[in-house]
Amino acid sequence: MEWMYLVPALPFLGALLLILFSGKTGKAGVIAIGCGSIGIAALITIIAGWQFLQSGIPAYDQHLWEWLRVGDFSIGMNLRLDALSLAFTFVITFVGCLIHIYSTGYMADDPDFARFFACMNLFVGSMLMLVLADNLLLMYLGWEGVGLCSYLLIGFWYKDPENGAAARKAFIVTRVGDTAMAIALFLLVQHTGTLQLSVVLERVQTLWTSGDETVVWIAFLLLGGAVGKSAQLPLQTWLPDAMAGPTPVSALIHAATMVTAGVYLIARTNIIFNLAPAAQAAVAITGAVTLLLAGCSAWVQTDIKRVLAYSTISQIGYMFLALGVGAWSAAVFHFITHAFFKALLFLGAGAVIHALHHEQDMFRMGGLRKSLPGVFLVFLIGSLSLAAIPFISSGWYSKDQIIWLAGVTERGSSWYAWAAVLGAFITAAYTTRMMVLVFFGREQTHVHHKPGPEMMIPLYILAICSTLAGFLELPHTLGHFTWLSDFLAPVLPAPAVLHADVAAEWGLQAITAGLAALAIYLTWRLINAPFPKKAGAFLRSGWGFDAAYDVLFVQPFVRVARLNRKDIVDKIYTGLAAITRTFHRMMSSTQSGILRWYVLGVVMGAVLILSVIIWRHSL
Amino acid sequence: MINPTTAGLILAGILFILGLISMLIRRNIIFMLVSVEIMLNAAGLAFIVAASKWGQPEGQVMFMFILAMAAAEVSVGLALILQLYHQLKTLDSDEASRMRG
Repeated sequence: MEWMYLVPALPFLGALLLILFSGKTGKAGVIAIGCGSIGIAALITIIAGWQFLQSGIPAYDQHLWEWLRVGDFSIGMNLRLDALSLAFTFVITFVGCLIHIYSTGYMADDPDFARFFACMNLFVGSMLMLVLADNLLLMYLGWEGVGLCSYLLIGFWYKDPENGAAARKAFIVTRVGDTAMAIALFLLVQHTGTLQLSVVLERVQTLWTSGDETVVWIAFLLLGGAVGKSAQLPLQTWLPDAMAGPTPVSALIHAATMVTAGVYLIARTNIIFNLAPAAQAAVAITGAVTLLLAGCSAWVQTDIKRVLAYSTISQIGYMFLALGVGAWSAAVFHFITHAFFKALLFLGAGAVIHALHHEQDMFRMGGLRKSLPGVFLVFLIGSLSLAAIPFISSGWYSKDQIIWLAGVTERGSSWYAWAAVLGAFITAAYTTRMMVLVFFGREQTHVHHKPGPEMMIPLYILAICSTLAGFLELPHTLGHFTWLSDFLAPVLPAPAVLHADVAAEWGLQAITAGLAALAIYLTWRLINAPFPKKAGAFLRSGWGFDAAYDVLFVQPFVRVARLNRKDIVDKIYTGLAAITRTFHRMMSSTQSGILRWYVLGVVMGAVLILSVIIWRHSL
Repeated sequence: MINPTTAGLILAGILFILGLISMLIRRNIIFMLVSVEIMLNAAGLAFIVAASKWGQPEGQVMFMFILAMAAAEVSVGLALILQLYHQLKTLDSDEASRMRG
């Protein structure tokens, strides 16, 4: 565990080396540095995790150095490994390593190979900083670092102005949430006098009682930050556009890790949300509404990556719902399974896109079952998880836990549970639609070249993980195995279950499974049925949020900017400059070069000074 | 009968103003140098008059300084005038106005 600092340090070092020697190391060097640093970080994580499990201590702190000190307010460069950060670190390094290996195949022909790996390494380093930080300021540093890398990688193919616009959109929209989070941090400093997470969470409990105004404000502002980063309502509009980046980026940043930073933030500050029932209800409602809206949008997309993007928003909605009802460990469980199966789906989609020479429209795919059997197999496994097919898919175990707890916990309600069940129906429907359009039917585009082993091996590993990860927790109906929530218990309190009823749980599971089966059957039958055109366009545009924001925020801003084009404030400074320039011209015209004028000037000056002296003297 | 000190100072003043006026109206650079010499001597005269009024030797010392300074100034000034004449083929000071702002 003493080597823990290497886990974020190695990716940073890799990024630094790749930037400094960009293009001089050759492709093999880039791969060695890019994948090697993440691979070693993953190994160290596994070893440290093993030691952590063996030692049985609640948390391991590592003090590196003091970052800054103002008076008695001090921020240390400190890392803290506990159950929650270990779960996130493991997923980040492990999935990150697989995606890096995959990228060596996917990005092989790209001229900016080194830049890609530099940004990816920087991202992994920042993300690890975010989850390992023991104080909120260091966490905020990682938070902004991943935002920067997200921007850099969405706009990776910067020659197309649309990609640049998508990158800017992602950066600016998440900035709205980041501002809210910064204000929350200011409030916490003002009231608790520190940003050290453990101390903050301790003092919060003594400072406020449940429902106090300040703590509710802080919780709402933290939620604002989480909503921005995790692409939840109302700041979800950036994620579908973020698909402009390379597919491995979508898999790593916009599905598996960065977008779940909001989940991490809320889980980490669960004590604050516990004290603010209103904010916690807002978390649950945000999650429930988001998972339904995004699910409907995913249903009608034509671009395979946009389907997955909306599905990511929807799945993170499930995590938010779990957080909102106090089922903290269920959210982390769904985060882990989702990271595996969504990374698998994105990488599988990337393999398809790669094979079809950058074709992303699902209606031009089809029949790939025969030409890409390996990809079909792993994509099927990922889809089963996404659609939550009972018993054999990891997605079912985690989603079922959320659906069940959404209804029965103290802060839950049957409304939440029904929303989640309806969401599961929609999820199964759009997943089936995607599978059918891509892999079944008539072949429309000929397969260009098959993915190599460096792309297939990570897919197989992820496929295995997204099946096995479900067995970390088993529901009451299947033996009630709770390894993960026991492991997380020191950090995340268990949900306050009001009425655990095994028969009711069986019933709910049966309904969910039945609805999923119905969704698959209906989609299979109605795949070519016409969809109402206007409703389709409305849903495809993500419920018109982009258009609404354009009218509400973007256009007024552009109008004000146009009004102020000449910049009123600037007038003061240009005026100052003009006055100085006039004086300068006057003075320089006295430099006539005629000596006698200079003498006259000296004489007049002397006379003036003398007369002043005499006048003062005579007073 | 006018006070000899006053008379001396008035003479110094008249000499200084004569030098100044000729400095201002002359264009020939040698005459300008001569005017400067006149002004320097007017100042020296004022020192001598003041020294004799108070019976102090410092005024005469100051005149020695002015004399030495004037000698140095004339040698440098004449050298400059020679150079100027070589360059411009004239002694008109207004011709040397190429450095006007």
